[in-house]
Amino acid sequence: MNDAARETPAEPTVSLAEEYAASGVGPVLKQLDDELVGLKPVKTRIREIAALLLVDRVRQKFGLTSEAPTLHMSFTGNPGAGKTTVATRMAQILHKLGYVRRGHLVAVTRDDLVGQYIGHTAPKTKEVLKKAMGGVLFIDEAYYLYRQENERDYGQESIEILLQVMENNRDDLVVILAGYADKMDRFFRSNPGFRSRVAHHIDFPDYTDADLLAIGEKMLAGLNYTLSNSARRALMDYIPLRRTQPLFANARSIRNALDRARLRQANRLFTQGDQAITLEQLTTIEEADIRASRVFGLPPGA
Amino acid sequence: MRITQGCFSFLPDLTDDDILTQIQYCLDNGWAVNLEFTDDPHPHNTYWDMWGLPMFDLHDAKGVLMELDACRKIHGDKYIRLSAFDSSHGWESVRISFIVNRPKTEEGFRLERVSGPGRTQRYAVRGYGLDKPEGKRYA
Repeated sequence: MNDAARETPAEPTVSLAEEYAASGVGPVLKQLDDELVGLKPVKTRIREIAALLLVDRVRQKFGLTSEAPTLHMSFTGNPGAGKTTVATRMAQILHKLGYVRRGHLVAVTRDDLVGQYIGHTAPKTKEVLKKAMGGVLFIDEAYYLYRQENERDYGQESIEILLQVMENNRDDLVVILAGYADKMDRFFRSNPGFRSRVAHHIDFPDYTDADLLAIGEKMLAGLNYTLSNSARRALMDYIPLRRTQPLFANARSIRNALDRARLRQANRLFTQGDQAITLEQLTTIEEADIRASRVFGLPPGA
Repeated sequence: MRITQGCFSFLPDLTDDDILTQIQYCLDNGWAVNLEFTDDPHPHNTYWDMWGLPMFDLHDAKGVLMELDACRKIHGDKYIRLSAFDSSHGWESVRISFIVNRPKTEEGFRLERVSGPGRTQRYAVRGYGLDKPEGKRYA
């Protein structure tokens, strides 16, 4: 404890609730809860980061030192688990929490960082880092940066520059690495420097069937569609069936299924002939639109 | 002799924080920031060497400062200036330019008298530094 803290007379107190209200964090967290279904570990971690910010502010009032925490993150999870969606949100959230100055997101993949010939990689990576300063750098499919089979691969050079900036400019930008769990594990094992510099390893769990149904309804609501009651039951039947199929990609599969249902709905309206169409018909997806899916006719696992 | 070119040159040298604030002002206005360096600060020498490309699409001043630090590492014994170009219609020109790095000792200029035909006197301004070869002028 330093002197300022010891000399503070008569044990003054600070109301955390007041600080919370003043910080504007509440609405950000509420929005996150409302808009994202499931994703418990992610929400917990963001809550923790927000709490740390509040506590740090209070500590500053007492004259205690506080240092910005390392916020580099890695998102791992199966396809369609919401990694990219959360990353785009993360920039806004961290900005509102006051951890990054500008709050813009720069999303890149290997192509944007790694050059094609000797001497091309460093300027390219630095260019991207300069653009990301004050915001969030999101590296999708980060494991492609490192190609184990080719030791002369330029990805290594890019990794070294990234590591250096992640260490030296911790206050200036937040790096988020995202990728599928098994490949990211291999990536971190071959680049121990990354593992230790990334403070938050967040694993995105698969969604439950109920989560997926809620996500589907949110997606449709965003597009001004609703499910009829029977269609909702059909979707509830559809989700576990689709899960047993190969190439199941969580929310992405649901989005694709709903996109196809919208096609069928449009076709149904189109082929029913020249009738007056009500608003309700236009916005409602019926059971038949979903039951027509290929998945219902297949034996499980086929 | 202290060179006074561009903005702020009659003020004490800008600190990095001051420079950051100025750069952020430029970026917020949507101007592209450039770094230039030279060891011949003659007022008529308007074309300095560029450090890299003009920096487009930046959001935060820290990115420019990174480049400035890299430039200082190599050209720390020369003059470095920072300018911001406004590409918007009707301006299309440099809006702000100021010196961000000076050599430790600034040698200044001397006045040279040159006799012309018919006993005319002509005058030239010549930097003392120019007597030394390029790269050694302020070393």
